[in-house]
Amino acid sequence: MSEAMQSVKFKIYRFNPEVDAKPYMQEYELNIPANQDMMLLEAILRIKAMDDSLAFRRSCREGVCGSDGMNINGRNGLACVTLLSSLKQPIELRPLPGLPVIRDLIVDMTAFFKQYEKIKPYLINNEPLPTKERLQSPAERKKLDGLYECILCACCSTSCPSFWWNPDKFVGPAGLLQAYRFIADSRDTATAERLEALTDPFSVFRCRGVMNCVEVCPKGLNPTRAIGHIRSELLAEGN
Amino acid sequence: MVRSATSLTGNGVRDWLWQRVSAVILALYTVFILGFIWSTPQLDYVVWFQFFHHIGVKLFSILAAFSLLVHAWVGMWTILTDYVKPACVRLTLEMLVMIALFVYFVAAIVIVWSV
Repeated sequence: MSEAMQSVKFKIYRFNPEVDAKPYMQEYELNIPANQDMMLLEAILRIKAMDDSLAFRRSCREGVCGSDGMNINGRNGLACVTLLSSLKQPIELRPLPGLPVIRDLIVDMTAFFKQYEKIKPYLINNEPLPTKERLQSPAERKKLDGLYECILCACCSTSCPSFWWNPDKFVGPAGLLQAYRFIADSRDTATAERLEALTDPFSVFRCRGVMNCVEVCPKGLNPTRAIGHIRSELLAEGN
Repeated sequence: MVRSATSLTGNGVRDWLWQRVSAVILALYTVFILGFIWSTPQLDYVVWFQFFHHIGVKLFSILAAFSLLVHAWVGMWTILTDYVKPACVRLTLEMLVMIALFVYFVAAIVIVWSV
């Protein structure tokens, strides 16, 4: 007896600047066993097996590398941790909004990483190195929970209207979450310099509390809360 | 650090604080005026005149007008820097908003002080 099949409909954003004058949506239909569910990434890989001109990024396929961030039915997310059965058909896939499209679902993340570099995402401590390691109390370490887990998939920053309008000036939720990760780190000695670099009207204060970042973060993090903490620290420092 | 010549204070924390403090003043003024209207059985010219003739009401009204000036400038500056990208167009619009807000403020002082 042949296995019962179900068809899943897709509409995928296509744009190859070398060939296409403008972007268009291409329809695909995928047949999968009726009793089978899978992650969206697996479905896209099967579509690519049918049409190898489709371009997208992916790597770890388990929500750790942050490569396959895309706009899924109007909401940013990671294809590898999104169940196909949770999506309404036709499933519309578009590149992350607000960044230049290189091809199909691949965006140019330069603006995103420039903002990330700006916040100096590394521990700064010019004190002499201890013989073994820089110790933290469990309470100090706990402050980094909800901050260090960011995988830089850019789902948050590219769903933020403030980042769309000012990607060159506003650090964006991903960068600010990391900024606070180092501000809150008891081992970091550059807190004052870090805060000073964020006092202008754009870097932090362009956040209008829309909270799209919190809504879409595939790791369940809360950049808006981190931004609130940065604001409180800036006020406390009297900058 | 992103430099900005046209924001209220050139400093994000201070702009943010000014906007919030002015919002609180405007909220208090709104409650104050609505409270007066609600607690006065018959509002006529004489009652309005006596109300605004009081020096405290005059000062509070001018403070509210100043708060509106500050609040609207921070808000309009944010909107213009978000949506208007060509610098010459943005600066022209910023100037027009600045002039309008300043005229409103001066007009408010003249009106309130003439009562």
